[in-house]
Amino acid sequence: MAMTMTQKILAAHSGKESVSTGELILADLDLVLGNDITSPVAIKEFAKLGKDSVFDKNKITMVMDHFAPNKDIKAAEQCKMCRDFCAEKDITHFYDVGEMGIEHALLPEKGLVTAGNVVIGADSHTCTYGALGAFSTGVGSTDMACGMATGKAWFKVPSAIKFKLTGSLRRYVSGKDVILHIIGKIGVDGALYRSMEFTGEGLSSLSMADRLCIANMAIEAGAKNGIFEVDDITLDYIREHGGAEPVIYSADPDAEYDEVINIDLSQIEPTVAFPHLPENTRTFDNIGEVKIDQVVIGSCTNGRLEDLIAAAEIMKGHKAAKNVRVIIIPATQQIYLDAMEMGLLRTFIECGAVVSTPTCGPCLGGYMGILAAGERAVTTTNRNFVGRMGHPDSEVYLASPATAAASALTGRITSPWEVIGK
Amino acid sequence: MKYTGNVIKYGNNVDTDVIIPARYLNTSDHAELASHCMEDLDKTFVSRVQKGDMIVAGQNFGCGSSREHAPIAIKASGVSLVIAKSFARIFYRNAINIGLAIVECPAAAEEISEGDKVEADLDNGIIRNLTTGKEYKTAPFPEFVQKIIESGGLMQAIAHLSR
Ligand code: SF4
Repeated sequence: MAMTMTQKILAAHSGKESVSTGELILADLDLVLGNDITSPVAIKEFAKLGKDSVFDKNKITMVMDHFAPNKDIKAAEQCKMCRDFCAEKDITHFYDVGEMGIEHALLPEKGLVTAGNVVIGADSHTCTYGALGAFSTGVGSTDMACGMATGKAWFKVPSAIKFKLTGSLRRYVSGKDVILHIIGKIGVDGALYRSMEFTGEGLSSLSMADRLCIANMAIEAGAKNGIFEVDDITLDYIREHGGAEPVIYSADPDAEYDEVINIDLSQIEPTVAFPHLPENTRTFDNIGEVKIDQVVIGSCTNGRLEDLIAAAEIMKGHKAAKNVRVIIIPATQQIYLDAMEMGLLRTFIECGAVVSTPTCGPCLGGYMGILAAGERAVTTTNRNFVGRMGHPDSEVYLASPATAAASALTGRITSPWEVIGK
Repeated sequence: MKYTGNVIKYGNNVDTDVIIPARYLNTSDHAELASHCMEDLDKTFVSRVQKGDMIVAGQNFGCGSSREHAPIAIKASGVSLVIAKSFARIFYRNAINIGLAIVECPAAAEEISEGDKVEADLDNGIIRNLTTGKEYKTAPFPEFVQKIIESGGLMQAIAHLSR
Protein backbone atom coordinates (compact mmCIF):
# COMPACT_ATOMS: atom_id res chain seq x y z
CA MET A 1 0.00 0.00 0.00
CA ALA A 2 1.63 3.25 -1.13
CA MET A 3 1.87 5.89 1.59
CA THR A 4 2.51 9.60 1.96
CA MET A 5 5.31 10.86 4.18
CA THR A 6 2.95 11.43 7.10
CA GLN A 7 1.37 8.00 6.69
CA LYS A 8 4.78 6.32 6.79
CA ILE A 9 5.70 8.03 10.03
CA LEU A 10 2.34 7.15 11.58
CA ALA A 11 2.61 3.52 10.48
CA ALA A 12 6.09 3.22 11.97
CA HIS A 13 4.87 4.70 15.26
CA SER A 14 1.86 2.44 15.57
CA GLY A 15 3.68 -0.81 14.89
CA LYS A 16 2.04 -1.34 11.53
CA GLU A 17 3.37 -2.27 8.10
CA SER A 18 1.12 0.28 6.55
CA VAL A 19 -1.80 2.57 7.31
CA SER A 20 -4.41 4.06 5.04
CA THR A 21 -6.42 7.25 4.96
CA GLY A 22 -9.21 7.37 7.53
CA GLU A 23 -7.83 4.56 9.68
CA LEU A 24 -7.78 5.23 13.42
CA ILE A 25 -4.49 4.40 15.07
CA LEU A 26 -2.80 4.69 18.41
CA ALA A 27 0.69 6.11 17.93
CA ASP A 28 3.75 6.26 20.18
CA LEU A 29 4.86 9.79 20.93
CA ASP A 30 8.42 11.08 20.87
CA LEU A 31 7.55 14.39 22.51
CA VAL A 32 4.59 15.98 24.30
CA LEU A 33 4.51 19.78 24.56
CA GLY A 34 2.48 22.25 26.56
CA ASN A 35 2.65 25.95 27.39
CA ASP A 36 1.60 28.11 30.32
CA ILE A 37 -1.99 28.36 29.07
CA THR A 38 -2.72 24.82 28.01
CA SER A 39 -0.62 22.89 30.54
CA PRO A 40 -2.60 23.91 33.65
CA VAL A 41 -5.73 22.37 32.12
CA ALA A 42 -3.72 19.25 31.22
CA ILE A 43 -2.22 19.02 34.70
CA LYS A 44 -5.73 19.01 36.22
CA GLU A 45 -6.75 16.24 33.81
CA PHE A 46 -3.58 14.31 34.55
CA ALA A 47 -4.39 14.45 38.26
CA LYS A 48 -7.69 12.64 37.58
CA LEU A 49 -5.74 9.59 36.41
CA GLY A 50 -4.12 9.17 39.80
CA LYS A 51 -0.77 8.31 38.25
CA ASP A 52 2.38 9.20 40.15
CA SER A 53 4.67 9.64 37.20
CA VAL A 54 4.66 10.63 33.57
CA PHE A 55 5.47 8.09 30.85
CA ASP A 56 8.95 9.48 30.23
CA LYS A 57 10.30 12.59 31.92
CA ASN A 58 12.63 13.26 28.99
CA LYS A 59 9.82 13.28 26.43
CA ILE A 60 7.67 15.99 27.92
CA THR A 61 8.35 19.67 27.59
CA MET A 62 6.63 22.72 29.03
CA VAL A 63 7.45 26.22 27.90
CA MET A 64 6.31 29.32 29.78
CA ASP A 65 5.88 31.68 26.85
CA HIS A 66 2.36 33.02 26.40
CA PHE A 67 1.85 35.26 29.42
CA ALA A 68 5.42 35.07 30.74
CA PRO A 69 7.20 36.92 32.24
CA ASN A 70 3.87 36.86 34.06
CA LYS A 71 1.52 39.60 33.03
CA ASP A 72 -0.77 39.39 36.05
CA ILE A 73 -1.54 37.38 39.15
CA LYS A 74 -3.62 34.77 37.38
CA ALA A 75 -0.87 34.22 34.81
CA ALA A 76 1.62 33.88 37.66
CA GLU A 77 -0.57 31.22 39.28
CA GLN A 78 -0.74 29.30 36.01
CA CYS A 79 3.03 29.33 35.55
CA LYS A 80 3.49 28.29 39.16
CA MET A 81 1.23 25.32 38.63
CA CYS A 82 3.38 24.21 35.66
CA ARG A 83 6.60 24.85 37.55
CA ASP A 84 5.45 22.81 40.56
CA PHE A 85 4.24 19.95 38.38
CA CYS A 86 7.49 19.79 36.43
CA ALA A 87 9.53 19.86 39.64
CA GLU A 88 7.42 17.13 41.20
CA LYS A 89 7.58 14.90 38.12
CA ASP A 90 11.21 15.77 37.48
CA ILE A 91 10.50 16.90 33.92
CA THR A 92 13.81 17.46 32.12
CA HIS A 93 12.72 20.02 29.55
CA PHE A 94 10.93 22.69 31.54
CA TYR A 95 11.66 26.17 30.22
CA ASP A 96 10.96 29.10 32.47
CA VAL A 97 11.78 32.81 32.23
CA GLY A 98 15.47 33.21 31.51
CA GLU A 99 15.65 30.05 29.45
CA MET A 100 12.37 30.06 27.67
CA GLY A 101 11.57 31.30 24.21
CA ILE A 102 8.45 30.98 22.12
CA GLU A 103 7.91 27.25 22.13
CA HIS A 104 7.95 26.58 18.39
CA ALA A 105 11.17 28.52 17.93
CA LEU A 106 12.69 27.02 21.06
CA LEU A 107 12.17 23.29 20.51
CA PRO A 108 13.97 23.04 17.15
CA GLU A 109 16.74 25.29 18.47
CA LYS A 110 17.22 23.03 21.49
CA GLY A 111 17.34 19.96 19.27
CA LEU A 112 14.25 18.46 20.90
CA VAL A 113 12.68 17.38 17.62
CA THR A 114 14.26 15.34 14.86
CA ALA A 115 13.19 13.97 11.49
CA GLY A 116 10.81 11.05 11.75
CA ASN A 117 9.45 11.97 15.20
CA VAL A 118 5.80 12.01 16.22
CA VAL A 119 5.10 15.09 18.33
CA ILE A 120 1.91 16.41 19.88
CA GLY A 121 1.61 19.76 21.52
CA ALA A 122 -1.23 21.49 23.30
CA ASP A 123 -0.77 24.43 20.99
CA SER A 124 -2.13 24.66 17.49
CA HIS A 125 1.16 25.76 15.93
CA THR A 126 2.86 22.53 16.98
CA CYS A 127 2.66 21.75 13.25
CA THR A 128 5.83 23.89 12.94
CA TYR A 129 8.14 20.89 13.42
CA GLY A 130 6.97 19.40 10.14
CA ALA A 131 9.76 21.56 8.74
CA LEU A 132 12.16 19.04 10.27
CA GLY A 133 10.47 16.07 8.61
CA ALA A 134 8.53 15.13 11.76
CA PHE A 135 4.82 14.40 12.10
CA SER A 136 3.77 17.09 14.49
CA THR A 137 0.32 18.33 15.32
CA GLY A 138 -1.63 20.50 17.72
CA VAL A 139 -4.04 18.93 20.19
CA GLY A 140 -5.95 20.03 23.27
CA SER A 141 -5.07 19.77 26.92
CA THR A 142 -6.84 16.46 27.49
CA ASP A 143 -4.80 14.88 24.71
CA MET A 144 -1.70 16.38 26.29
CA ALA A 145 -2.63 14.86 29.65
CA CYS A 146 -3.12 11.44 28.08
CA GLY A 147 0.11 11.83 26.16
CA MET A 148 1.98 12.63 29.37
CA ALA A 149 0.47 9.61 31.10
CA THR A 150 0.69 7.01 28.37
CA GLY A 151 3.08 8.27 25.70
CA LYS A 152 0.39 7.63 23.13
CA ALA A 153 -2.23 9.53 21.16
CA TRP A 154 -5.00 8.48 18.81
CA PHE A 155 -5.04 9.79 15.27
CA LYS A 156 -7.18 9.44 12.23
CA VAL A 157 -4.72 8.88 9.38
CA PRO A 158 -4.98 11.91 7.09
CA SER A 159 -4.88 12.14 3.33
CA ALA A 160 -2.59 14.78 1.88
CA ILE A 161 -2.21 17.64 -0.52
CA LYS A 162 1.16 17.74 -2.20
CA PHE A 163 2.80 21.08 -2.86
CA LYS A 164 5.46 20.81 -5.53
CA LEU A 165 7.79 23.75 -5.28
CA THR A 166 9.96 24.96 -8.14
CA GLY A 167 12.13 28.04 -8.69
CA SER A 168 13.52 30.24 -5.96
CA LEU A 169 12.27 33.26 -4.06
CA ARG A 170 13.01 36.81 -5.13
CA ARG A 171 14.78 39.27 -2.87
CA TYR A 172 12.80 40.20 0.27
CA VAL A 173 10.22 37.53 -0.44
CA SER A 174 10.19 34.87 2.27
CA GLY A 175 8.50 31.74 3.53
CA LYS A 176 5.79 33.94 5.03
CA ASP A 177 4.79 35.22 1.60
CA VAL A 178 4.73 31.64 0.32
CA ILE A 179 2.39 30.37 3.01
CA LEU A 180 0.15 33.45 2.84
CA HIS A 181 -0.04 32.93 -0.92
CA ILE A 182 -1.00 29.30 -0.41
CA ILE A 183 -3.66 30.06 2.22
CA GLY A 184 -5.06 32.78 -0.03
CA LYS A 185 -5.33 30.16 -2.75
CA ILE A 186 -6.84 27.23 -0.85
CA GLY A 187 -8.62 29.05 2.01
CA VAL A 188 -8.61 28.71 5.79
CA ASP A 189 -10.20 25.27 5.53
CA GLY A 190 -8.52 24.32 2.26
CA ALA A 191 -6.51 21.56 3.90
CA LEU A 192 -8.99 20.66 6.67
CA TYR A 193 -8.07 17.32 8.35
CA ARG A 194 -5.32 16.78 5.77
CA SER A 195 -1.53 16.89 5.57
CA MET A 196 0.26 19.49 3.52
CA GLU A 197 3.35 17.85 2.09
CA PHE A 198 6.05 20.10 0.65
CA THR A 199 8.46 18.74 -1.89
CA GLY A 200 10.17 19.58 -5.16
CA GLU A 201 13.40 21.10 -6.38
CA GLY A 202 12.36 24.52 -5.01
CA LEU A 203 13.02 23.21 -1.50
CA SER A 204 16.75 23.65 -1.94
CA SER A 205 16.29 27.43 -1.97
CA LEU A 206 14.27 27.54 1.25
CA SER A 207 16.13 28.07 4.53
CA MET A 208 15.03 26.31 7.69
CA ALA A 209 13.56 29.62 8.87
CA ASP A 210 11.40 29.72 5.73
CA ARG A 211 10.34 26.12 6.17
CA LEU A 212 9.53 26.50 9.87
CA CYS A 213 7.41 29.53 9.01
CA ILE A 214 5.55 27.69 6.24
CA ALA A 215 4.90 24.58 8.35
CA ASN A 216 3.87 26.82 11.27
CA MET A 217 0.94 28.22 9.33
CA ALA A 218 -0.33 24.89 7.94
CA ILE A 219 -2.96 25.06 10.71
CA GLU A 220 -4.15 28.35 9.22
CA ALA A 221 -5.30 26.31 6.22
CA GLY A 222 -7.00 23.85 8.59
CA ALA A 223 -4.33 21.19 8.08
CA LYS A 224 -3.55 18.44 10.56
CA ASN A 225 0.13 18.87 9.81
CA GLY A 226 2.53 20.36 7.34
CA ILE A 227 5.61 18.35 6.47
CA PHE A 228 8.76 18.92 4.42
CA GLU A 229 10.79 16.32 2.61
CA VAL A 230 14.08 15.88 4.44
CA ASP A 231 17.19 17.11 2.60
CA ASP A 232 20.72 18.23 3.47
CA ILE A 233 19.45 21.57 4.77
CA THR A 234 17.26 19.72 7.29
CA LEU A 235 20.00 17.31 8.29
CA ASP A 236 22.55 20.10 8.75
CA TYR A 237 20.12 22.01 10.93
CA ILE A 238 19.35 18.99 13.12
CA ARG A 239 23.05 18.21 13.49
CA GLU A 240 23.96 21.81 14.33
CA HIS A 241 21.32 21.92 17.04
CA GLY A 242 22.25 18.61 18.59
CA GLY A 243 19.04 16.82 17.65
CA ALA A 244 18.67 13.06 17.96
CA GLU A 245 19.55 10.80 15.04
CA PRO A 246 17.13 11.63 12.20
CA VAL A 247 15.02 8.91 10.61
CA ILE A 248 14.11 9.82 7.06
CA TYR A 249 10.71 8.79 5.74
CA SER A 250 9.98 9.55 2.11
CA ALA A 251 6.63 9.32 0.39
CA ASP A 252 6.21 6.35 -1.93
CA PRO A 253 6.49 7.41 -5.58
CA ASP A 254 2.97 6.10 -6.19
CA ALA A 255 1.43 7.55 -3.00
CA GLU A 256 -2.02 8.99 -3.56
CA TYR A 257 -2.71 12.68 -3.00
CA ASP A 258 -6.06 14.46 -2.89
CA GLU A 259 -4.51 17.17 -4.94
CA VAL A 260 -1.12 18.25 -6.29
CA ILE A 261 -0.52 22.00 -6.30
CA ASN A 262 2.46 23.44 -8.16
CA ILE A 263 4.04 26.57 -6.74
CA ASP A 264 6.66 28.50 -8.66
CA LEU A 265 8.55 30.31 -5.92
CA SER A 266 9.95 32.86 -8.34
CA GLN A 267 6.42 34.14 -8.97
CA ILE A 268 5.57 34.83 -5.33
CA GLU A 269 5.29 38.49 -4.39
CA PRO A 270 5.20 40.20 -1.00
CA THR A 271 1.77 39.19 0.29
CA VAL A 272 -0.43 40.59 3.06
CA ALA A 273 -3.46 38.99 4.72
CA PHE A 274 -6.16 41.56 5.44
CA PRO A 275 -8.54 41.31 8.40
CA HIS A 276 -10.08 39.11 9.65
CA LEU A 277 -8.90 35.85 8.11
CA PRO A 278 -5.48 34.65 6.93
CA GLU A 279 -7.07 33.77 3.57
CA ASN A 280 -7.87 37.42 2.76
CA THR A 281 -4.56 37.84 0.99
CA ARG A 282 -3.56 40.64 -1.35
CA THR A 283 -0.43 41.59 -3.22
CA PHE A 284 0.68 45.17 -3.56
CA ASP A 285 -1.09 45.83 -6.86
CA ASN A 286 -4.25 45.68 -4.77
CA ILE A 287 -3.42 47.20 -1.41
CA GLY A 288 -3.56 50.97 -1.75
CA GLU A 289 -3.05 53.32 1.17
CA VAL A 290 -3.61 51.56 4.51
CA LYS A 291 -2.36 53.63 7.44
CA ILE A 292 -1.08 51.75 10.49
CA ASP A 293 -0.54 52.40 14.18
CA GLN A 294 1.68 49.49 15.18
CA VAL A 295 4.18 47.02 13.77
CA VAL A 296 5.04 43.75 15.50
CA ILE A 297 7.96 41.61 14.36
CA GLY A 298 8.19 38.38 16.29
CA SER A 299 6.16 35.23 17.16
CA CYS A 300 6.62 31.54 16.48
CA THR A 301 6.07 32.32 12.82
CA ASN A 302 8.65 35.05 12.29
CA GLY A 303 10.74 35.74 15.38
CA ARG A 304 13.83 33.88 14.16
CA LEU A 305 17.24 35.38 13.52
CA GLU A 306 16.76 35.37 9.74
CA ASP A 307 13.55 37.36 10.24
CA LEU A 308 15.29 39.94 12.40
CA ILE A 309 18.12 40.21 9.88
CA ALA A 310 15.67 40.88 7.06
CA ALA A 311 13.90 43.55 9.10
CA ALA A 312 17.16 45.17 10.21
CA GLU A 313 18.45 45.40 6.64
CA ILE A 314 15.43 47.48 5.76
CA MET A 315 15.36 49.56 8.93
CA LYS A 316 19.07 50.29 9.21
CA GLY A 317 19.80 54.00 9.18
CA HIS A 318 16.11 54.95 9.01
CA LYS A 319 13.57 56.21 11.49
CA ALA A 320 10.18 54.63 12.00
CA ALA A 321 7.30 56.82 10.87
CA LYS A 322 5.90 59.17 13.48
CA ASN A 323 2.97 57.71 15.39
CA VAL A 324 3.86 54.13 14.55
CA ARG A 325 4.80 51.93 17.50
CA VAL A 326 7.30 49.28 16.50
CA ILE A 327 7.70 46.22 18.72
CA ILE A 328 10.39 43.65 18.02
CA ILE A 329 10.41 40.35 19.88
CA PRO A 330 13.25 37.88 19.30
CA ALA A 331 11.65 34.46 19.72
CA THR A 332 14.28 32.91 22.00
CA GLN A 333 17.08 33.96 24.32
CA GLN A 334 19.63 32.62 21.83
CA ILE A 335 18.13 34.67 19.02
CA TYR A 336 18.10 37.71 21.34
CA LEU A 337 21.78 37.18 22.06
CA ASP A 338 22.70 36.62 18.42
CA ALA A 339 20.77 39.72 17.40
CA MET A 340 22.59 41.68 20.05
CA GLU A 341 25.99 40.49 18.91
CA MET A 342 25.19 41.22 15.30
CA GLY A 343 24.19 44.77 16.20
CA LEU A 344 20.59 44.27 15.12
CA LEU A 345 19.18 45.47 18.44
CA ARG A 346 21.02 48.78 18.00
CA THR A 347 19.56 49.14 14.51
CA PHE A 348 16.04 48.54 15.85
CA ILE A 349 16.39 50.87 18.79
CA GLU A 350 17.93 53.62 16.70
CA CYS A 351 15.06 53.23 14.31
CA GLY A 352 12.66 53.91 17.16
CA ALA A 353 11.54 50.37 17.93
CA VAL A 354 11.26 48.70 21.33
CA VAL A 355 12.90 45.31 21.70
CA SER A 356 11.38 42.84 24.13
CA THR A 357 12.43 39.71 25.92
CA PRO A 358 11.00 36.59 24.23
CA THR A 359 7.24 36.16 24.77
CA CYS A 360 4.10 35.49 22.76
CA GLY A 361 2.79 38.75 24.25
CA PRO A 362 0.87 40.72 21.62
CA CYS A 363 0.51 37.85 19.13
CA LEU A 364 -2.56 36.56 20.93
CA GLY A 365 -3.59 39.86 22.46
CA GLY A 366 -2.03 38.87 25.75
CA TYR A 367 0.00 41.92 26.69
CA MET A 368 2.86 44.13 25.40
CA GLY A 369 1.22 45.80 22.45
CA ILE A 370 -2.56 45.53 22.75
CA LEU A 371 -4.51 47.51 20.16
CA ALA A 372 -7.22 50.07 20.93
CA ALA A 373 -10.50 50.27 19.01
CA GLY A 374 -9.96 51.38 15.44
CA GLU A 375 -6.20 50.77 15.45
CA ARG A 376 -4.35 48.81 12.81
CA ALA A 377 -1.24 46.69 13.10
CA VAL A 378 1.00 45.08 10.51
CA THR A 379 2.44 42.01 12.15
CA THR A 380 4.54 38.98 11.33
CA THR A 381 2.30 36.75 13.45
CA ASN A 382 -0.09 34.16 12.07
CA ARG A 383 -3.68 35.10 12.94
CA ASN A 384 -5.74 38.17 12.20
CA PHE A 385 -9.04 37.07 13.70
CA VAL A 386 -11.40 39.62 15.24
CA GLY A 387 -9.87 40.84 18.51
CA ARG A 388 -6.74 38.74 18.14
CA MET A 389 -4.41 41.56 19.13
CA GLY A 390 -6.72 43.57 21.33
CA HIS A 391 -9.99 45.42 20.89
CA PRO A 392 -12.56 43.61 18.71
CA ASP A 393 -12.67 46.74 16.52
CA SER A 394 -8.93 46.74 15.87
CA GLU A 395 -7.40 45.29 12.72
CA VAL A 396 -4.47 42.94 12.17
CA TYR A 397 -2.65 42.62 8.84
CA LEU A 398 -0.32 39.63 8.47
CA ALA A 399 2.91 40.08 6.57
CA SER A 400 6.56 39.06 6.30
CA PRO A 401 9.28 40.66 8.43
CA ALA A 402 10.49 42.61 5.39
CA THR A 403 7.03 44.00 4.68
CA ALA A 404 6.47 44.81 8.35
CA ALA A 405 9.81 46.64 8.51
CA ALA A 406 9.07 48.60 5.33
CA SER A 407 5.65 49.52 6.75
CA ALA A 408 7.26 50.71 9.99
CA LEU A 409 9.25 53.26 8.00
CA THR A 410 6.35 54.68 5.99
CA GLY A 411 3.45 54.33 8.43
CA ARG A 412 1.32 52.53 5.86
CA ILE A 413 1.35 48.98 4.56
CA THR A 414 4.36 49.01 2.28
CA SER A 415 6.17 46.52 0.08
CA PRO A 416 9.84 46.00 0.85
CA TRP A 417 10.38 46.38 -2.88
CA GLU A 418 9.14 49.97 -2.65
CA VAL A 419 11.60 50.86 0.10
CA ILE A 420 14.65 48.89 -0.91
CA GLY A 421 14.05 47.73 -4.49
CA LYS A 422 13.61 44.24 -5.93
CA MET B 1 -27.63 10.62 22.95
CA LYS B 2 -30.71 12.82 22.47
CA TYR B 3 -30.84 16.59 22.70
CA THR B 4 -33.58 19.20 22.38
CA GLY B 5 -33.03 22.93 22.40
CA ASN B 6 -33.43 26.31 20.77
CA VAL B 7 -30.94 27.47 18.19
CA ILE B 8 -28.43 30.29 18.28
CA LYS B 9 -26.98 30.67 14.81
CA TYR B 10 -23.59 31.86 13.56
CA GLY B 11 -21.74 31.96 10.23
CA ASN B 12 -18.52 30.45 8.85
CA ASN B 13 -15.07 30.29 10.46
CA VAL B 14 -16.14 31.04 14.03
CA ASP B 15 -12.66 30.98 15.57
CA THR B 16 -11.48 30.11 19.06
CA ASP B 17 -10.39 33.72 19.64
CA VAL B 18 -14.01 34.88 19.49
CA ILE B 19 -15.34 31.82 21.31
CA ILE B 20 -13.06 32.69 24.23
CA PRO B 21 -10.68 35.64 23.76
CA ALA B 22 -7.08 35.06 24.89
CA ARG B 23 -7.32 37.85 27.44
CA TYR B 24 -9.42 35.48 29.55
CA LEU B 25 -7.06 32.52 29.23
CA ASN B 26 -5.33 33.34 32.48
CA THR B 27 -7.91 31.09 34.12
CA SER B 28 -9.23 27.61 33.50
CA ASP B 29 -12.29 28.07 35.71
CA HIS B 30 -15.27 26.78 33.73
CA ALA B 31 -17.88 29.27 34.98
CA GLU B 32 -15.55 32.21 34.45
CA LEU B 33 -14.75 31.07 30.92
CA ALA B 34 -18.46 30.66 30.20
CA SER B 35 -19.11 34.22 31.34
CA HIS B 36 -17.02 35.50 28.39
CA CYS B 37 -18.12 32.94 25.80
CA MET B 38 -18.57 34.41 22.29
CA GLU B 39 -17.93 37.88 23.67
CA ASP B 40 -16.07 39.27 20.64
CA LEU B 41 -18.58 37.89 18.16
CA ASP B 42 -21.88 38.29 19.96
CA LYS B 43 -22.11 40.29 23.16
CA THR B 44 -25.67 39.07 23.76
CA PHE B 45 -24.77 35.38 23.80
CA VAL B 46 -24.00 35.11 27.50
CA SER B 47 -27.22 36.83 28.58
CA ARG B 48 -29.55 34.97 26.23
CA VAL B 49 -28.16 31.43 26.16
CA GLN B 50 -30.42 28.96 28.00
CA LYS B 51 -29.48 25.54 29.26
CA GLY B 52 -29.92 23.04 26.45
CA ASP B 53 -29.65 25.57 23.62
CA MET B 54 -27.82 24.54 20.47
CA ILE B 55 -25.31 26.44 18.38
CA VAL B 56 -25.72 26.02 14.64
CA ALA B 57 -22.91 27.37 12.46
CA GLY B 58 -21.26 27.24 9.06
CA GLN B 59 -17.93 25.88 7.91
CA ASN B 60 -14.74 25.43 9.93
CA PHE B 61 -16.28 26.05 13.35
CA GLY B 62 -13.63 26.36 16.06
CA CYS B 63 -10.71 27.20 13.79
CA GLY B 64 -7.60 28.70 15.30
CA SER B 65 -5.94 27.87 18.55
CA SER B 66 -5.91 24.55 20.37
CA ARG B 67 -7.32 26.05 23.55
CA GLU B 68 -9.58 23.50 25.18
CA HIS B 69 -11.03 26.52 26.95
CA ALA B 70 -13.17 27.04 23.82
CA PRO B 71 -15.30 23.86 23.96
CA ILE B 72 -15.22 24.13 27.76
CA ALA B 73 -16.66 27.67 27.63
CA ILE B 74 -19.40 26.55 25.24
CA LYS B 75 -20.27 23.49 27.32
CA ALA B 76 -20.21 25.45 30.57
CA SER B 77 -22.57 28.01 29.00
CA GLY B 78 -25.20 25.29 28.92
CA VAL B 79 -25.03 24.56 25.20
CA SER B 80 -26.08 20.95 24.60
CA LEU B 81 -24.95 20.48 21.01
CA VAL B 82 -23.10 22.27 18.22
CA ILE B 83 -24.21 21.53 14.67
CA ALA B 84 -21.95 22.88 11.91
CA LYS B 85 -21.19 22.38 8.24
CA SER B 86 -17.67 21.43 9.29
CA PHE B 87 -15.38 21.73 12.30
CA ALA B 88 -11.72 22.63 12.58
CA ARG B 89 -9.92 19.44 13.54
CA ILE B 90 -8.39 20.39 16.89
CA PHE B 91 -11.73 21.78 18.09
CA TYR B 92 -13.45 18.58 16.95
CA ARG B 93 -10.99 16.48 18.88
CA ASN B 94 -11.17 18.65 21.98
CA ALA B 95 -14.96 18.66 22.00
CA ILE B 96 -15.04 14.86 21.94
CA ASN B 97 -12.30 14.62 24.55
CA ILE B 98 -14.15 16.88 27.01
CA GLY B 99 -17.62 15.59 26.19
CA LEU B 100 -19.23 18.46 24.28
CA ALA B 101 -21.60 16.93 21.73
CA ILE B 102 -20.96 18.12 18.19
CA VAL B 103 -22.18 16.98 14.82
CA GLU B 104 -21.36 17.80 11.24
CA CYS B 105 -24.41 18.20 9.02
CA PRO B 106 -24.13 20.70 6.17
CA ALA B 107 -27.81 20.61 5.16
CA ALA B 108 -29.09 21.14 8.71
CA ALA B 109 -26.52 23.86 9.33
CA GLU B 110 -27.62 25.63 6.17
CA GLU B 111 -31.38 25.47 6.69
CA ILE B 112 -31.93 25.72 10.44
CA SER B 113 -32.59 29.32 11.52
CA GLU B 114 -31.93 31.33 14.64
CA GLY B 115 -34.61 30.59 17.25
CA ASP B 116 -35.78 27.28 15.73
CA LYS B 117 -36.43 24.42 18.11
CA VAL B 118 -34.39 21.36 17.19
CA GLU B 119 -34.25 17.76 18.35
CA ALA B 120 -31.17 15.66 17.65
CA ASP B 121 -30.88 11.91 18.06
CA LEU B 122 -27.20 11.25 17.47
CA ASP B 123 -27.40 7.47 18.03
CA ASN B 124 -29.66 7.16 15.05
CA GLY B 125 -28.13 10.07 13.17
CA ILE B 126 -31.32 12.15 12.93
CA ILE B 127 -31.71 15.90 13.38
CA ARG B 128 -35.29 17.18 13.41
CA ASN B 129 -36.22 20.85 13.11
CA LEU B 130 -39.36 20.94 15.26
CA THR B 131 -40.18 24.47 14.05
CA THR B 132 -40.23 23.63 10.34
CA GLY B 133 -40.80 19.87 10.59
CA LYS B 134 -37.78 19.15 8.40
CA GLU B 135 -35.55 16.16 9.08
CA TYR B 136 -31.86 15.61 8.34
CA LYS B 137 -29.62 12.56 8.40
CA THR B 138 -26.10 12.60 9.80
CA ALA B 139 -23.32 10.04 9.83
CA PRO B 140 -22.87 8.37 13.22
CA PHE B 141 -19.52 8.88 14.99
CA PRO B 142 -16.79 6.38 14.10
CA GLU B 143 -16.81 3.45 16.51
CA PHE B 144 -13.50 4.52 18.02
CA VAL B 145 -14.92 7.92 18.89
CA GLN B 146 -18.12 6.38 20.23
CA LYS B 147 -15.98 4.33 22.58
CA ILE B 148 -14.34 7.48 23.90
CA ILE B 149 -17.71 9.08 24.51
CA GLU B 150 -19.19 5.90 26.06
CA SER B 151 -16.20 5.62 28.39
CA GLY B 152 -16.94 9.12 29.61
CA GLY B 153 -14.10 10.88 27.83
CA LEU B 154 -10.61 10.27 26.59
CA MET B 155 -9.04 9.91 30.02
CA GLN B 156 -11.21 6.94 30.81
CA ALA B 157 -11.05 5.45 27.33
CA ILE B 158 -7.29 5.55 27.00
CA ALA B 159 -6.86 3.25 29.95
CA HIS B 160 -8.68 0.49 28.05
CA LEU B 161 -7.08 1.02 24.68
CA SER B 162 -4.73 -1.55 23.31
CA ARG B 163 -3.29 -1.92 19.89
S1 SF4 C 1 3.64 33.32 19.11
FE1 SF4 C 1 1.45 33.48 18.90
S2 SF4 C 1 0.83 31.79 17.60
FE2 SF4 C 1 2.93 31.40 18.31
S3 SF4 C 1 2.68 30.09 20.11
FE3 SF4 C 1 2.76 32.22 20.81
S4 SF4 C 1 0.61 32.91 20.87
FE4 SF4 C 1 0.68 31.04 19.68
